[in-house]
Amino acid sequence: MDCDLNLKATELRLGLPGTTDAISPPKNNKRSSPDSDSAPPPPKAQIVGWPPVRSYRKNNLAEAESGSFVKVSMDGAPYLRKIDLKVYNCYLELLEGLEKMFKLTIGEYSEREGYKGSEYAPAYEDKDGDLMLVGDVPWEMFKSSCKRLRIMKASDARGLGCAV
Amino acid sequence: MDQDHKKLKESPFPCEGLEKVLSFIDSHKDRSSASLVCKDWYDAERWTRSKLFIGNCYSVSPEIVARRFPKIKSVRLKGKPRFSDFNLLPQDWGANVHAWLVMFAKVYPSLEELRLKRMTVSDESLDLLARSFPGFKALSLSSCDGFTDEGLKAIATHCRTLTELDIADSVTVDIGGGWLSCFPEGFASLEILNFASLQCEVSFDALERLVSRCRALRVLKVNESINLEQLQRLLVQVPHLTGLGTGSFMQELTPRQYEGVQSAFSNCKNLQVLSGLWDATSLYLPLVYGACASLTFLNLSEADLRSGELAKFLPHCTSLRRLWVIDTVGDKGLEAVGLSCPLLEELRVFPIDPYDLDNRQGVTEVGFLAVSRGCPNLNYVLYFCRKMTNDAVATIVQNCPDFTHFRLCIMNPGEPDHLTNEPMDEAFGAVSKTCTKLRRLSVSGLLTDMAFEYIGKFAKNLETLSVAFAGSSDRGMQCVLEGCPKLRKLEIRDCLFGNAALLSGLDKYETMRSLWMSACNLTIKGCRLLAKEMPRLNVEVIQDEWSDETHANKVYVYRSLAGPRQDAPPFVLTLGGEDI
Repeated sequence: MDCDLNLKATELRLGLPGTTDAISPPKNNKRSSPDSDSAPPPPKAQIVGWPPVRSYRKNNLAEAESGSFVKVSMDGAPYLRKIDLKVYNCYLELLEGLEKMFKLTIGEYSEREGYKGSEYAPAYEDKDGDLMLVGDVPWEMFKSSCKRLRIMKASDARGLGCAV
Repeated sequence: MDQDHKKLKESPFPCEGLEKVLSFIDSHKDRSSASLVCKDWYDAERWTRSKLFIGNCYSVSPEIVARRFPKIKSVRLKGKPRFSDFNLLPQDWGANVHAWLVMFAKVYPSLEELRLKRMTVSDESLDLLARSFPGFKALSLSSCDGFTDEGLKAIATHCRTLTELDIADSVTVDIGGGWLSCFPEGFASLEILNFASLQCEVSFDALERLVSRCRALRVLKVNESINLEQLQRLLVQVPHLTGLGTGSFMQELTPRQYEGVQSAFSNCKNLQVLSGLWDATSLYLPLVYGACASLTFLNLSEADLRSGELAKFLPHCTSLRRLWVIDTVGDKGLEAVGLSCPLLEELRVFPIDPYDLDNRQGVTEVGFLAVSRGCPNLNYVLYFCRKMTNDAVATIVQNCPDFTHFRLCIMNPGEPDHLTNEPMDEAFGAVSKTCTKLRRLSVSGLLTDMAFEYIGKFAKNLETLSVAFAGSSDRGMQCVLEGCPKLRKLEIRDCLFGNAALLSGLDKYETMRSLWMSACNLTIKGCRLLAKEMPRLNVEVIQDEWSDETHANKVYVYRSLAGPRQDAPPFVLTLGGEDI
């Protein structure tokens, strides 16, 4: 299967000769798996206004474009908040930020037992839609795979802390 | 001959009679035809027209409108070219409604309805609106911008007879929710309230009181800040709603709360339209099942459901005619659509991952085929996918020949048929040939001039065509301009059509509403030539960072009675056919 757009053969151009309109790279440039330790792949260049999806569809678009804003919900609270993960450098800072935002305390994290000694435990939804406990993966990997945060009641979060 | 003519002049049809007859005509197209019969008819028509439709706010001026129509009660006004929805238009391009409102305030004090699309509406304008029309009833702002809650506060405070406030898909960031609390305690006339797209938190108390007062409320679309428990309290007040947009489904419910919400939904026996459903998951989606028996339009474009969740949902919606979903439902979900929705007329599938950051599969030709097999009444489709085949499309239109709107977006530019690697020409050829009622077409994928030959040859009812990353020569555009007699709107981006293509439409553009061409091969010289030959067209070049002295990167051409724009910002160049 051809891996490039075969532009020359069909004489299509995506812009003026000599200009460098941003175009999306060839379609087989898949991202490396999140489990690998290699550096995150370069962000795909985007064409302005393409695909033609309305910008008010912020559910998907705003998150894709800014890349680092995630919604945070707290079980029992009536509305969501949004935070910018870029602002934090490590889990400690993130948890402190969440504690301040929601006026609660989050307990001590341990790999074996998850969050101990508090009413709440922070969880997140990753790219695959799975609910994970915050802290299990390295910080950088968490930042790139976290789609949404959820502050759960510690009792509900128990199952998440189990190492496989 | 002269005798007969004299007779006619002496006993004309009484104008009161004519006016009475014309007052029954609603369609602006019919009225336009009537006005062309003779001067008497023109006069009778202008005195009896109460509904105004202006498809391009720059095609005419407020003064011209005021002179012609003395008694307008309802206005529909559209502004920016559609590609502004996709950020192709710079800020402050125009389409500001204010000058129109100033004129309306002077000439149409009995104005009752204003419906705007893609216009800039400032708080000052909303304030003027609120204070100028004592009988004002309906305000609808679709894809508008420029206002904050200050403007909405003015509307809520001063429009005593308001029946409709529909903010549709207008987006204003950093908007407060205080406006909702400004409806006075005695205010009870609201029938339609839609603030689903506003990013703000409203006072639930104020909302609840408003809803309980407005006994005639039939459409209520709240925003994400309203949770399930609050929604229940609202539904209990207005179970007779015909249109509902829920708030967020992200809430932990106790079993008792769950039952309460479920019961509230089950009491909504008249629901025809359902939307919202943010963050709805398999856990709480079943809450709405009881309200879905008479549903004709289900908008799931904010709920990223999986195929199984959709498959469980749809059997509860036996009357469904319109369905909007996100492509997380996958081909399997669309198979469920084909099985469960035999009456379906419209399907829209939106991408969860338009920029392909997460490598999500989305939907393919398989899902589309499945829907076409089960839903023979399909006439409107908007389909975002990464893969398609010519054969599939040909089969789809065989199954559903009644398409009036066919909008296929293969998201990778220039993507060929993924099985044969050929251009997608045959697909759109099949659509053009088979769908004789086709009025709107959006093409995508790898396309040569052949696709456009087909369109020009067969799509004789086509009114709107959207083209991106396509064509092999000027001939493509020419085929369309020469072949489609009913073409009104042509929007083209990132194609290699050049001056020859542009100029091949000389005779055409005055019969159209507008032409948009961006990132094509046009030069200022070519645009100037067009402007010179066709003085009643506005030929506008938008200067941006991709333009230079010769290359015209964004060109907008439209017919106008009003001449060049008076309010053009410095980066919009109206070409007047001066020295070439």
